[in-house]
Parts: sequence; structure tokens; C-alpha cells
Amino acid sequence: MTELYKTIKDIPTTEGILAPGHALCAGCGAGTILNIVGRVAGKNVIVVSATGCVEVTTTYLPYSAWRVPWIHNAFENSAATASGVRAAIDIMKEKYGYSEDPRILVVAGDGGTADIGLQSLSGMLERGDRVTYLLYDNEAYMNTGIQRSGSTPYGAWTTTSWEGKPEMKKDMMGIVTAHHIPYAATGSPAYILDLANKVKKALDAEGPSFLHVLSDCNLGWRHDSKISVEVTRLAVQTGLWPLYEVDHGVTKLTVPVPKRKPVEEYLKVQGRFKGLTPDRIKVIQAYADQLAQRFGLGPVG
Amino acid sequence: MSTTVLDEKRGTKTILSGDQALAEAAKMANIDVVSAYPITPQTIIVETLEHMIANGELKAKFIPVESEHSAMSAAVGASAAGARVFTSTASQGLALMHEVVYIASSLRLPIVMAVANRALSAPINIWNDLSDAMAERESGWIQFFVETVQEAFDTTVEAFKIAEDPRISLPVMVGLDGYILSHEYEPIELPFQDQVDKYLPRRQPTVKLDPAKPVSMGTLGPPELYFEIKYRQERAIDTALPIIQELDDDFAQHFGRRYGLIEKYKLEDADYVLVTMGSVSGTAKEEADRLREQGMRVGVLKVRLFRPFPKQLVVDALAGAKGIGILDRSMPMGSSAPSLAQDVMASLMQARQYPTSIVSFVSGIGGRDMKLTDFEQMFQEIKTAVDGNIAYRISYPALRG
Repeated sequence: MTELYKTIKDIPTTEGILAPGHALCAGCGAGTILNIVGRVAGKNVIVVSATGCVEVTTTYLPYSAWRVPWIHNAFENSAATASGVRAAIDIMKEKYGYSEDPRILVVAGDGGTADIGLQSLSGMLERGDRVTYLLYDNEAYMNTGIQRSGSTPYGAWTTTSWEGKPEMKKDMMGIVTAHHIPYAATGSPAYILDLANKVKKALDAEGPSFLHVLSDCNLGWRHDSKISVEVTRLAVQTGLWPLYEVDHGVTKLTVPVPKRKPVEEYLKVQGRFKGLTPDRIKVIQAYADQLAQRFGLGPVG
Repeated sequence: MSTTVLDEKRGTKTILSGDQALAEAAKMANIDVVSAYPITPQTIIVETLEHMIANGELKAKFIPVESEHSAMSAAVGASAAGARVFTSTASQGLALMHEVVYIASSLRLPIVMAVANRALSAPINIWNDLSDAMAERESGWIQFFVETVQEAFDTTVEAFKIAEDPRISLPVMVGLDGYILSHEYEPIELPFQDQVDKYLPRRQPTVKLDPAKPVSMGTLGPPELYFEIKYRQERAIDTALPIIQELDDDFAQHFGRRYGLIEKYKLEDADYVLVTMGSVSGTAKEEADRLREQGMRVGVLKVRLFRPFPKQLVVDALAGAKGIGILDRSMPMGSSAPSLAQDVMASLMQARQYPTSIVSFVSGIGGRDMKLTDFEQMFQEIKTAVDGNIAYRISYPALRG
């Protein structure tokens, strides 16, 4: 049984897995997320990155910001790469008495996970490989300049959805949990204790684990970088990003929202939702209501 | 299967198919990880390996990936973590891997991959030619093409030695002709396990993913560094040539069988030489024998190591020839010449060595049988070209209509 952090002060303050000096944008959600993940994971971890913002901003040769062993293979294959690392570590322990038991952590964005990397992820989950997969979801192809992905929400502007995306956001948690893995959870950098405990549980899982963390991109979401954390908090408070976990098949809301804020409060602070018609806002509110009912959030009020 | 013990060096004698021999080689090489996906005609290799792991003959992890792209991706991850890694594929599978094939060599990761060479779609065709491997000829992998089941086994064992040599540290592809070799049963001598263990001790990676000594692999290479990195990678495969030669000699010392990087068959006084790769070399040699009985001075140059291309060996081997035929088993599709022909001709030109005639042959495509009569026709065509003082022509033996 994983021993959980009771307060934010229990989270280790040791240096993280990412050194200062990386080139992530000011206010980037991924930096905050990796800071928390790194403190929980410690140094006995091997990181596999998919192509994306985190990869290009942390390893611009001749520099690397990674304090732990790190490999980037390609865009769509980080899960399969991690399977290979896992297999190698396991068999070397078995055959040659290799004494380390590092955790294997994938760090990938929504494009590399929900779109181009979906097959590779599915294979890894189905095989039951003991890998923790962290999806930092900034809801578009931000590294290439804000193009829509399967994870872009309904109504959001991107450079390939000028009128606001007409389709719904892909339910990655639904897809992932359909693989019957031991642990999956959503997270938010605005709820540090909740996220830290989920990272801990995920890393301790006996098989594959999945962390779906909403990762604010002020450049693509079109807002001031100062309110990045506030924006991801609003996503939770409006019910658009329920914080829950699926632990061995049991779904549990981890951050209750007794009174939800109307979705407008989340939408109006972001330029990507500018100009949404009342009808489209209704669609988004209905989606939040649906999520609220499914995960046990309170009413709007 | 019945097995006869020969002697200390030659091990035991048995009968295996090409695919089985490949699996046996990977097992005796004591691989740690195999990640592979089923595709005809290599499937038997992976299912045999999985069976060997299941029944305890081989201590390794089998990763039953969901695609060839993931097969190579997992192989990269496992090799980066320090394991001895094997995979195998063919045709569409290799094409799907393409992206990661380049990454494996660029990260300088020793991986051994068997390719049961098969045609590329469309139309879909499960039979032999070399178009799958030819599409990877500039991928930075060391590439062998083998002629017999014995050679398939030996080359695979040798491939691990080459790939993991710290002076080389590159992945190696072993091409065996789909069906013609992969499914053909031949007598084969298998060494004893302790012989192979002595020849091929446990892999000792110079760099690996290890929390005790963190490294970053696969970083972003900006314009001010990328060129130099790629240049060094190219030097690595080029300078591997003499080391591969040395390791090939070492293999012969251990196991008593020597293949060489090329094989010169009756070239000493040959006027007309056919350059071949893979299993068709046997047929070419047989036809050469027949024509020599009739007084025609012909020979065969088998290229066993295709990448790095053994330029000087090829040039020297072809020194006395008046006419040279080069048999390619993939379509040139708009190129100046087919793949092997390009390499042979460029090598000759660099050495200012100009035969009277060069004839490019394209045949054996998509499993089209290559008969002795086809080879007879090829040697005759080379002679005709020389007699007619034709510098270059391309010919498609066995093409109908």
C-alpha cells in the first residue's frame, strides 16, 4: 500500500529530475508538472520522452536539463520504447543480478499520446508493462504552433480550427482504463497534493499506470502567463476537468467540487474560446454537467 | 530432429530451415530481449524464439509488440538500457519500421535484425525480392545478405560480435531470401554453446540508460552540431569495414568457416563476371561451372557485406573482367541504375577501372523463379554486350510479355 502525503509539506523538497535552465515558456504547465513528478519520483527513474515541447526545450545540444537517464526515440513510439527499457532492466536483473529497480516514466504530450502514439500506448498497456505514462495535455500541437489534436476541446480555436473545433475532446482516460490497468488518474498542476499522491501511486503500481494531467499553455490558450495555474484550477472548479482516479477498476473522485462554477468562467479568460456563440457555450456547459453527473461533482451555483 | 556430433570445432550436424537457424543463432547468442511482430516469411523466427523462452531453453524477454514500428522502438529502448537485442521482420514490416531504423543507427545502438527479404506492396506479394532491404540501404545499418542456411546462422552469430564491438557500435541487418532460404531446409553444423559463449561474451555497453550514471540520448541536434554528428556517424560505418574484416577472420578462427566480405568464384581468368547477392549466388555459381565446361570463361562475385560497401575488394575482384553483369532483385524505379549496380559502377569509376561492358540485370522480382537458364542468358548477354562494345544496358531476365 502506497503511503500518501498528508499535506503539501510532506512532498520531498529535494532537487527534481529537471535542472533549471530548460527552455520551457514562462508559465508552462509542463514545467510545474515535471517539478512535482520529479520530487516524488526521485532519481531512480529512467525517462522516455516523446517528441514535443518538453523534449525540444530540455535537450538542445550540447545541453541537457535532465538529471536522470533520458531517451527520446520518436514522436509516436515512447510507450513502445519504454517497454523495451522495462524488458531490458527486468531481464538483466534476472540474468545478471542487476540490482537497480528504476521506475520507467514516459513523458508525452496529447499529440504523442491521443493521436499519433495511441497504438503504441495501447500495446504497452495491453501487455501490462510496468511503466508510468505521464500525459501532459496542453490540448493541441503546441510545439509545432497550436494545431488541433484529438485532445483539443470543443469550441477551441487553433491554427487548424479557426472557427473553434467542432468535435469533442477525446476521452483518453476512457480509452486507457478500457485496458484494465492497475492505476490511472487525472491531475492538475493547480492541485499539487492531489497530483503528488497520484504520481506516487502510479509509480508504485505493479503494472502500467497512466497520469492524464491538464497542462496549461498560455501561448496556445491565449491568456496571460501569470494566470496559468488559475486557469487549470478553473477547469477543475467548472467541472470540465474532474480530478479522479481509477484504482484497480474503482473510480473515485479525489477533489470534490461541491459547487461548480459556470463554464463561462473558464472560457472567458482564454482567447482560444473568444467569440463562442451562446449555443456553443451551452454545448460545453452540457458536457460539464455530464461529467459532473458521472463523477459526482456538485451543481452549478 | 536428428543430430550428429561432429568434432569440437564443428559442433553438431542437423537439418534446419533458414528461419529456424536464425532463431537458433539468436538463442545461442544468448540474447536478452526480442521484440517482434509476425509477418510472413519471418514469423517462424519469432515464434520459435518465443517457444524457446517458454520452455526455458532461452532466458530472455519476449515483447509481443503491436506493430513493427513498435518492434524497432522497443528494440531501441532495450538496447539503450544495455541488453543484447534481436528482432526480425520483412517487407511491409521493415517499411513501417523505417523511421526508427534510422534512429537505431543514429543512436549507435547495437541491435541485430534478421530480414526475410520480401517484395513491397502494391500489389501485395509475400514472396522474395530485396526491395525491402534496399529501401534501408542508406539507413546507417550494416547489411549482410546470405546464401545458405549455414551462412544465415553464422552471420547472425557474427552480427552480434560486429554490432557490439565498441569500435563499431552499430545495428546489423542480416538479409536472407524470403521462402528461398527462410523456409528451405538444409543440413547445418551448429557449434556447441560453450564455443559461442567463448566467442560472444555478455554485452558490455560503453553507454547505457542507468540512474547511477545519467545520460541523455536522442537529444535535439541544432544546425551548428547536427552536420558534425551525422558526419561522425558516417565515419563510424565507413571505418567499420576493416574491423568487420578482422571480426570475420576471428569468426573463422573460432568456428572453422570463412565467408569473407565478398566471395570470388572462379574470377582469376574470368572474362565475364556476374555480381550477385543472396541465395541466387548458388545458382549463378552452378551455371558458371556449366558454362566453363563449354569453354566460356565466366565467374561470380558474391557481395555478402552490402553496407558498408566493400569498394576496394569489389574493384580488385573485377580487375580482369571484360564484361560485368550486376544482378539486382529490386526495381530501380527511375534511378540511373538499380541499387547494387550503382554501388559497383561508382566503385569502378572511382578506381578508374572501366570494363568494356556493364549489364544491369533486374530479376527475381516478387518471387519470380530464377532458373539456371536465366543465368545462362545473363552470361550470354554480358558476352554479347562486350562483343558489341556496348557500355551499359539494362535487362530484365524472366520478364514475360
